[in-house]
Amino acid sequence: MTKSELIKNISAQYPQLSVRDIEMATRHMLDYLSDALAEGERIEIRGFGSFSMHVRPAKQGRNPKTGESVMVPEKRVPHFKPGKELREQVDYPENTSGKA
Amino acid sequence: MTVTKLEIATEVAYVTGLTVRDTKRLVEAFFDTIRSTLASGEEVKLSGFGNFSIREKTSRPGRNPKTGEPSEIIARRVVTWRAGQTLRGKC
Repeated sequence: MTKSELIKNISAQYPQLSVRDIEMATRHMLDYLSDALAEGERIEIRGFGSFSMHVRPAKQGRNPKTGESVMVPEKRVPHFKPGKELREQVDYPENTSGKA
Repeated sequence: MTVTKLEIATEVAYVTGLTVRDTKRLVEAFFDTIRSTLASGEEVKLSGFGNFSIREKTSRPGRNPKTGEPSEIIARRVVTWRAGQTLRGKC
């Protein structure tokens, strides 16, 4: 499913709102989520999961070709941890039977 | 501060001029639709933000970390997400 298919799908659920409004809202939502994450904020959606920034500190590394010591700069990687409901809905039913 | 559905709905209402009542529903529908699509086994690609994909994990030997006893980790189906290029570029 792509962004435009997602927008179409949501529009079908909310015919009282125009496709244009839903499209605008979805795009702003994604921009807002991206900006919040980039600023290092944590996003927590119950039942869906949480997004956070993982920071890999700068470290001393080596150029494998020359053996030369180099400083590897700090790396910031956005991370997603699926929530319980999402995990259970995606997993094989036999793994979650009786729990979900 | 942690961003939750309420913050997202408030922010979206503020920029779009839609009512918070409507944006709350849209935020809800957004995550629910992604979740049910993933549950059906289909991946979700949100250009710029990132892709949610499904990975089939085969079973492998593991250990109970508490007791050290060997036990099998069963085959599972899990969701992974990788940030899109635009988002990675901002970090």
